[in-house]
Amino acid sequence: MIDTQNPDAPRYPVLAKSQDQVPFGVTPSQTVGPYVHIGLFPTWENSGDAVPEDAPGRIDVSFNVIDGAGQPIGDAMIETWQADAAGRFNSPTDPRGAAEATPAGFRSLARVFADESGTIVVHTVKPGALPAEDGAVEAPHINVGLFARGMLERLYTRLYFPEDTDAHASDPVLSAVPEADRPKLIAEKTDRGYHLTIHVQNTEGRETPFFAL
Amino acid sequence: MLHLPAHHHAGHEANAPLLFPEYKTTRLRSPKNDLILVPQRLGEITGPVFGDADIAKGENDMTHANGGEAQGQRIIVHGRVLDSAGKPIPDTLIEVWQANAGGRYRHKMDSWPAPLDPHFNGVARCLTDKQGHYEFTTIKPGAYPWGNHHNAWRPAHIHFSLFGQAFTQRLVTQMYFPDDPFFFQDPIYNSVPEAARERMISTFDYDHTRDNWAVGFKFDIVLRGQDATPFEDPEGH
Repeated sequence: MIDTQNPDAPRYPVLAKSQDQVPFGVTPSQTVGPYVHIGLFPTWENSGDAVPEDAPGRIDVSFNVIDGAGQPIGDAMIETWQADAAGRFNSPTDPRGAAEATPAGFRSLARVFADESGTIVVHTVKPGALPAEDGAVEAPHINVGLFARGMLERLYTRLYFPEDTDAHASDPVLSAVPEADRPKLIAEKTDRGYHLTIHVQNTEGRETPFFAL
Repeated sequence: MLHLPAHHHAGHEANAPLLFPEYKTTRLRSPKNDLILVPQRLGEITGPVFGDADIAKGENDMTHANGGEAQGQRIIVHGRVLDSAGKPIPDTLIEVWQANAGGRYRHKMDSWPAPLDPHFNGVARCLTDKQGHYEFTTIKPGAYPWGNHHNAWRPAHIHFSLFGQAFTQRLVTQMYFPDDPFFFQDPIYNSVPEAARERMISTFDYDHTRDNWAVGFKFDIVLRGQDATPFEDPEGH
């Protein structure tokens, strides 16, 4: 009866109590599934705008999301989280204390769904560098959280900017990435901003590095 | 010099593997390479915080839409959002979405032959209060078939999305119902390590069941905390 190895008819042992009858612990992640748009699309207006439309320095940051067969992931969702140009977050949990992020209306967060070609565009400003522990400095970057059907938890990667070569050399996160893979985290310059292609899975050396926290 | 509080790499014992072959869509949507473990810095320990201004009145009630009442069993889902030390997480945004009583989503890609309910949209939002408590009213969702394997059915569930207070606390999960008959064949539920699965099953809550109105279910959500083992730099820095 119990056959967890047959993918055409999986069968699992049923424990199925409820959370009150098992020890306390972190709630597991589950996939957003195919119908995520109804739940997370309408949340806030212009969710892809980390800055208002008329903000000075506004750029487009675009992504393509590609699966292991080389096909675009048309139901991908990306959330970006980043500092402003001065390295400040619009967040009360910044250990440096509260400071108003700029430009006015900057919210650090953006959320965008892919179109059918797997393309996602975020409107934002380029972030500044960030202080890290022991005097280290993180190069300007955007945290990228990727969600889709078929992903049991969020995938986390980063976008870096091509002009910051010197800062990349001492960035503590890029330094943790094998040297040959570092270019996969560095966006290319476009007319309107920057672009990064994210290969979720690739067996020919193009797979994007992802991070565990 | 910047001091960053130590909170690192907790909660992974609860997570499914990225590749879980019985859930077929994971096969092409999971990285082949290992994830690279990195310490949490400013961009990982900060996160968005929401307030009452972000939620409109009535957004915590899915049982009315388009001038009428939704069909099905009316339920109240409530609980607390805590960190892994048991500390309540206030003012965090919870977004939920779900199928209707017949197991159908109001989504253009959902085409299985169960009727849409004109008075049910299947979307709600709420904020936790100062004690981390949240509550919303909805209809108990139905099970529905999907194409993963022969006669595959998803157990009834409600999708939950939470931000917590830090980028690292971001969680999307699914709440299940006690005594669901479909757990035995569902690879999404069973992708989670056995010791952590039942944390996703809500508890029938008679104390929260409202006389002459709605059935109560309690679902507490525990996000990764700030009290975990410090990351050890392999180079000893």
